[in-house]
Amino acid sequence: MRTTGFKSSASMKFGDRLFGTLAKSFAWLTLILLAGIILALVYASWPSIQAFGIGFLFSDAWNPPMEDFGGLIPIYGTLVTSVIALLIAVPVSFGIALFLTEMAPAWLRRPLGTAIELLAAIPSIVYGMWGLLVFAPIFAKYIQPGLQSSIGHVPVIGKLFAGAPLGIGLLAAGIILAIMIIPYIASVMRDVFEVTPPMLKESAYGVGCTTWEVMWGVVLPYTKTGVIGGVMLGLGRALGETMAVTFVIGNTNFLDSASLFAPGNSITSALANEFAEADPGLHTAALMELGLILFVITLVVLVVSKLLLMRLARGEGTKS
Amino acid sequence: MNLLARRKLTNRVALTLSLSAMAFGLFWLAWILWTVLELGISGLSLTLFTEMTPPPGADVGGLANAIAGSLIMVVLATLLGTPIGILAGVYLAEYGRNHWLGSTTRFINDLLLSAPSIVIGLFVYAVVVAQTGKFSAWSGVLALALIVLPVVVRTTENMLQLIPNTLREAAFALGAPKSVVISKVTLRAARAGVLTGVLLAVARIAGETAPLLFTALSNQFWSLNLNEPMANLPVTIFKFAMSPFTNWQELAWAGVFLITMGVLVLNIIARVFLRAEKVN
Repeated sequence: MRTTGFKSSASMKFGDRLFGTLAKSFAWLTLILLAGIILALVYASWPSIQAFGIGFLFSDAWNPPMEDFGGLIPIYGTLVTSVIALLIAVPVSFGIALFLTEMAPAWLRRPLGTAIELLAAIPSIVYGMWGLLVFAPIFAKYIQPGLQSSIGHVPVIGKLFAGAPLGIGLLAAGIILAIMIIPYIASVMRDVFEVTPPMLKESAYGVGCTTWEVMWGVVLPYTKTGVIGGVMLGLGRALGETMAVTFVIGNTNFLDSASLFAPGNSITSALANEFAEADPGLHTAALMELGLILFVITLVVLVVSKLLLMRLARGEGTKS
Repeated sequence: MNLLARRKLTNRVALTLSLSAMAFGLFWLAWILWTVLELGISGLSLTLFTEMTPPPGADVGGLANAIAGSLIMVVLATLLGTPIGILAGVYLAEYGRNHWLGSTTRFINDLLLSAPSIVIGLFVYAVVVAQTGKFSAWSGVLALALIVLPVVVRTTENMLQLIPNTLREAAFALGAPKSVVISKVTLRAARAGVLTGVLLAVARIAGETAPLLFTALSNQFWSLNLNEPMANLPVTIFKFAMSPFTNWQELAWAGVFLITMGVLVLNIIARVFLRAEKVN
C-alpha cells in the first residue's frame, strides 16, 4: 500500500510539474510570437530596406518591371482612410454609447448593444462585396454629386470633393471603415461609461443637470482616458483592415489630386492584390516592408490604447 | 431665450443626435444583412454543395470544394490553436498573476488580438511558404491558428479570473495538486466561458480572407491534400466578386450568405450560451 501510494504521488508530482511547465511554455510562445513576427518581417524586407533606405517612406514610385518601389501612396491611403473613418465613427459611437447607457429603457439595452456588436462580427469580405456592388453605385449616384454641389464650392475644402464621382475611392473606403469600427469604439465607450460611479452622476442630476450636461460635464471627463483608448483601438482596427478596403479603394498607384473621390491604394490592399503574384526578390521585399510599416504603426497605436485603458482601470481601483 | 430654455434645448438636440447615431448604426446592419439575404438566397441551390467552382465563362458550378476546404482548415486551425490558447490562458490566470511573465504576456496577447490579420499571413508566408517553396493548406491552417490563439487566451484567462478563490482553496485543502485543481475544478467551472471563446474564435476565422491569400491560396479543383493549395470560401468569394462574370458573382453572393449566416449563428449561440451559464 505504502509503495503504491508513494508511486502515484511521485507520478502525480511529475504530472503536476509537466502541466505547469507546459502552460508556462505556451505563455512564452505567445510572447515570442510577436517578436517572431517583427523579426521575420524585417528579415524578409531586408533587401528592400537596403535598396531604398528611409526614402522608401517618401517615394511615390511603384514600378515592378524597373524594380523601383516606394511606399508613399499606400501609406497615404491607409492614413487618409483611417482618419476619415475616425471622423465619422467617433461621434457616432459616442452617440450610441450615450444612448445605450443613459437613454434606452433597460429592456432594450441588451438587444440593441448586441445588434451593434454584430456589426463587428460580419466578416470584412462581406463589407467589401457589399461596398463594391451595392454601396458604391448608390454612393456615386446620389451622395457624391450632393457633396459636390453643397460643400464642393467651399474654397479649400471643396478640393477634397473634386473629380468624377466614381463611387469607389478613398472616401468610400473611409466610410465603410467607419461602419466597421463603430462597434469597437462604441462598446469600449459604453463599458467605460458604465464604470462611472453612480454617486457622481446622481449628484449631478440632483443639482438639476440635464442628461447631456451629466454626460458632457461628468461622465466624459471622468472616463476620458478610456474613451481615447477606445478610439485608438478603433484606429488600430481601421489601419489593418484589409478586404473591405481592397474592394472599394480602387487600387491605383497614381495620386495627382487631393480629392477624396479619387481612387487610391492602401498598404493592406496593395498586399492583398499584389503579394501572391509578386516576383521574388525586390518586389516581394518591398511589399514585406509595407507590411512591416503597417505592423509597426498599428502596434504603436494599440500600445497607446492599451496603456490608456489600463490607466483608467487602475484609477478606478484606487478611487472606489 | 432664458438659460433654462437653452439648456433644455441643448439637451434635446443632443439626445436626438444620440438617437440618430443609434439609428445610423442599425441602418447599416439592416442594409448589409438585407443585401446578403436577398442576393444570397437567390443563389442557393443544391448544386452549390455538389459542384466544384466553375472555370471562367461556364454557367454551371457550385462551391463544394471551397466549402469543404474552409471547413477542413477552420477545424484544424481550431484544434491546433485551442489547446495552446487554453493552457496559455491557464498560465496567465493561475500561475503568473503576480509574475512579470504573466503581465507581459497579457499585454502582448492583447496586441496580437487586434493586430492586422494580413500581417499574420505575411509572417506565415515568410516562415513557411518561402522556406518550403510552395503554397499549402497547412500554412493556411497555421495562419488561422495564430488568429485563434489570442482570442482563446484572452477569454480563458477572463473566465478563470471570475472563479472565486474559495473554490480553489477548497480543492487545495483536499490535497489536490495544482494541475488537478485547475483541470478538475477551475477549468470545469469556467468551461462555458472557455467554450464561448472558442466559438467566437471559430466565428472570427471562418470569414478571414487576408491571411489565406498568401498561404492556402485557392484551388479550382477538389483537393484534400494539405500539402497543396486548398480552395476556401473567403478567397473564392474575393476572386469571384471582383470578376465580371455574372455566374461567378452569383456564386460569390451565395458564399457570402453561407459565411455570414454561419458567423452570426455562432455569435448568437455563444452569447446565449454564456448568458444561460451566468444565470445558473
